[in-house]
Amino acid sequence: MTVKLALVLALAIPAAAALAVALLRRWPNIREAATLTAGVLLFADVLYLAREIGGGGAPDVELIEVFPGLPLAFSLEPLGLLFALIASGLWIVTSLYSIGYMRARNETSQTRFYVYFAIAISATMGIALARNLLTLFVFYEILTLSTYPLVTHHRTENARRSGRVYLGVLLTTSIGMFLLALTWTWWRTGTLEFTPGGILAGTVEGPELIVLLAVFAFGTGKAALMPFHRWLPAAMVAPTPVSALLHAVAVVKAGVFTILKIVVYIFGIDLLTDTGASVWLMYVAGFTIIAASVVALGKDNLKARLAYSTISQLAYIVLGAALATSAGIIGGGMHMLMHAFGKITLFFCAGAIYVTTHKTKISEMRGLGRAMPVTLFAFLIGSLSLIGLPPFGGSWSKWYLLLGTAEAHQAVLMGVLLVSSLLSVAYLMPVVVHGFFSAPDDDSGAVAIKEAPALCLVPLCFTALGCLVWFFFADAIRELLLPIVGG
Amino acid sequence: MIREQLPALQIVLPLVAAPLCVILRRRIPVLGLAIAVAWTTFAIAVALLRQVLADGPIAYALGGWAPPWGIEYRIDPLAAFVLMFVSLIGAVTLTYAPRSLAREIPSDRLHLFIAAFLLCLTGLLGIVISGDLFNVFVFLEISALSSYVLIAMGRDRRALTAAFQYLVLGTIGATFILIGIGLLYAMTGTLNMADMAARLPEVMSTRTVVAALGFFSIGLFIKMALFPLHIWLPNAYSYAPSMVTAFLAGTATKVAVYVMLRFTFTVTNIKMSFGASDLGTVLIGLSLAGIFVASTVAIFQRDVKRLLAYSSVAQIGYMVLGISFASVTGLTATIVHLFNHALIKGGLFLAMGCFAFVAGGTRLERLHGIGKTMPWTTFAWVLGGLSLIGVPATAGFVSKMYLIRAALEAGVWPVAAMILLSSLLALVYVWRVVEVAYFMPAPEGAERREAPLSMLIPTWLLIGASIVFGIWTSASAGIAARAAEALLGIAP
Amino acid sequence: MTTVLGLFNYWVVIVLMMTGFYIVISRNNLIKKVIGLNIFQTSVFLLYISIGKLEGGTAPIIEPGFDRYSNPLPSVLILTAIVVGVATTSVALALIVRIREAYGTVEEDEILEIDGAE
Repeated sequence: MTVKLALVLALAIPAAAALAVALLRRWPNIREAATLTAGVLLFADVLYLAREIGGGGAPDVELIEVFPGLPLAFSLEPLGLLFALIASGLWIVTSLYSIGYMRARNETSQTRFYVYFAIAISATMGIALARNLLTLFVFYEILTLSTYPLVTHHRTENARRSGRVYLGVLLTTSIGMFLLALTWTWWRTGTLEFTPGGILAGTVEGPELIVLLAVFAFGTGKAALMPFHRWLPAAMVAPTPVSALLHAVAVVKAGVFTILKIVVYIFGIDLLTDTGASVWLMYVAGFTIIAASVVALGKDNLKARLAYSTISQLAYIVLGAALATSAGIIGGGMHMLMHAFGKITLFFCAGAIYVTTHKTKISEMRGLGRAMPVTLFAFLIGSLSLIGLPPFGGSWSKWYLLLGTAEAHQAVLMGVLLVSSLLSVAYLMPVVVHGFFSAPDDDSGAVAIKEAPALCLVPLCFTALGCLVWFFFADAIRELLLPIVGG
Repeated sequence: MIREQLPALQIVLPLVAAPLCVILRRRIPVLGLAIAVAWTTFAIAVALLRQVLADGPIAYALGGWAPPWGIEYRIDPLAAFVLMFVSLIGAVTLTYAPRSLAREIPSDRLHLFIAAFLLCLTGLLGIVISGDLFNVFVFLEISALSSYVLIAMGRDRRALTAAFQYLVLGTIGATFILIGIGLLYAMTGTLNMADMAARLPEVMSTRTVVAALGFFSIGLFIKMALFPLHIWLPNAYSYAPSMVTAFLAGTATKVAVYVMLRFTFTVTNIKMSFGASDLGTVLIGLSLAGIFVASTVAIFQRDVKRLLAYSSVAQIGYMVLGISFASVTGLTATIVHLFNHALIKGGLFLAMGCFAFVAGGTRLERLHGIGKTMPWTTFAWVLGGLSLIGVPATAGFVSKMYLIRAALEAGVWPVAAMILLSSLLALVYVWRVVEVAYFMPAPEGAERREAPLSMLIPTWLLIGASIVFGIWTSASAGIAARAAEALLGIAP
Repeated sequence: MTTVLGLFNYWVVIVLMMTGFYIVISRNNLIKKVIGLNIFQTSVFLLYISIGKLEGGTAPIIEPGFDRYSNPLPSVLILTAIVVGVATTSVALALIVRIREAYGTVEEDEILEIDGAE
């Protein structure tokens, strides 16, 4: 089993799974088994690649040259490995949850769901393992297109309209801006390879550097920087497992991952700190952090509130990238992981609540803790992690981000981070507090415990536990990411 | 021995097959002969392409008469490339034709229809292969006349008026081209393109030659449907029989662009055409106008064939835009898009033919929920549509990347931005159809019924090729780059 | 003056060309359009043929005693072009016959009306 094969397998396994699921449409249990088997195989493959990097290897495979100097190629570096581990690991968890959710709701077109899910994971692997910007862009677009059938799964009028917003914003930003920046970079430097230290130093400078960064940053629609964030709340029309995939496993992570890669490997951290070309981006990110949190406060629909929370949390990572200091980058990368676990827990809980009680509004969830104590407790853990309190993982990523603002001498942004923590308390804790301590509206005396089905409950407990566990292993992540920032 | 005569055989084979079809009359022999001849023609074109890429340009004197008095066939990388895909589209559409035509034209006319089709193919191939200007005119008229006939065979009676309109405009265009050729002949005394290229520089600045270039260009613009001389195209494409639309969309306008390339860069050269006038600016303006206007109009069409026709006008704009940059990258973009668009539009129109065959029409109202009843055909259509938008891993993306790069190299980044903006317009009109196909419920009682395999396979052949050549670009863009360099006289 | 008179063949060509073109665009009757197209094409034929005649040139048959011959090539080319023109006219007229059968008229404005009403 050569390393090159392992790289290609990372894309091939989920793609093969998609094919298998399509063929197995008539035997639902075997079909589900195919998805789960593929998930386990994929995670094993990524672990194998992780060992390679741990041993000092540098896996690399080049497929075919599409444009002069621009091949489709894959390689592995710490950020990509982190993303690949997150995506492949959480795919297994999300698949289990999906099985529980889809069967409990007796959803239609389940085969189509699992097929496009697998294709989306394959595309995510392509993004994580991309060796150059062209490869990343190809799979970025495939991810957009393969998640469209997932977002519009219910095929209602509402789904159609939201699908338009989803596709419209994502493709407009990617084709209208990202592609322009990409071609511009190719034209100026002759290459698009991700190189430590960046490829722009010496070629692009001054205002052109700032403009290029802007077009890249706003062109990465999946990172949901304002004002190109509308697709995320629009995507809430999808079934909850899709929302979990979008918010935690793949889509938004792909967006911020792209920005991190571009900052570290196209621009280069030193170039940015020397020229200060990313200072404006820090403030745009800061604005998004606060603005999205404020909007979240006003949302009564739980999934909508979580959507705006995600927009805010993604901006943390963009801020980390823009700070372009070692703590900032490490914080940003770490937050990819912490936010993934935290948010996926919250979405799993939202879905569990919907499946069991058909409730979507927070105002209706008073006293829910009596009937669904486990779910709400998991929600508490996820919230605490995202707020950034120890002993949960989110506290470490927040710590590094704060350190980053200190390193970059950005006191205002340090304030922004602290304020946003308070805001996240304000929009997350009421759910928990009212759930446990308020009386339910339809108070009819003692309420029996009726939790979500096991296949939904176990994953959300697992990810909630993860939030706790990662607190103790955050240093491993720091060690992993240190080489990127020249440590 | 045969190898030396291949250039002549390329033309003679379909030409002779045409009257044979008239004589044979009966359905099976006619279709069998035609399909066999079409695929043989494709094989000859591929052989010529490989020969040219390996050994260099081929010059073939017809009848042994030496140029410049004799007519010469000249095949350089560009010509060989165009020959290859024109014959490919011809062969694929002809293979697709039997079931499709059985529904769309009267069966007692089939042998005449196929004869006209073969004549059209001959004409198009002749335009590409000929190294003599007047010969180009003759083949141009052969292909044009036969295409008027083919279009007029459409079911709807508006096909007749569409064919007539195309006839009038096309003849005016061809006559303008004839005037241009005549004036050039008067000034240089030769009709051989290579010879004229040598003689033209000394008379370049005379009013006669400038007028000749003007007439020639306008005539060509009509033939290639460059905005605003494109009005014949939407009607002609909408009302013609399905396989005719697919064939013409993939070949006729492309060959006209080929003539423009040949004329601008081989007969005249860059210094004359671009240096002496504002040709570059004019072309950029016209092509951008065409791209935006046509894409916008496409959004509002209720008939999908018409929508695709306007999309074709926009795509011609992209091809001319590449020419206007007059650089290697620009010409590579144009030439590779000739090929890519032929695959994409050919495939899309074949898919439309499948829809017409099963669902009975191509208007949006008839295509509700067709994603469920005809899943394979619809998915092929979606892939073609993604290629029009320029999503990566499709052929359309390859063309777009080269085009954007050419714009950046020419220092006009606003043009690059506009190219990307127009892709978003394509997104709108493609997605209209996608939504109707997948989100609207199918009409009552519609069951899953796919198009017959003989129609589905050619469709997927072209669409599949458009995906393959979105990744395997050394075969398409690689050859295009070689052709571009040869045109600009840059040694590889 | 001599230049103007000396170029009289070109003037004829221009007049015919404009006449033919005008007929095509201004007349509604399809048959008249075809006639206009014919006149337009004929003007171009005249252009070619007339530039072939050299001043003082004789018929292009080699004969001792003559050293200036008119150019035979344009006439040959125009023979081909005339054939093309004939073919175009016949296709056009065939189309008009079919249009008459389908629409009942050969006036363009009436045809547009009928199509517009559909």
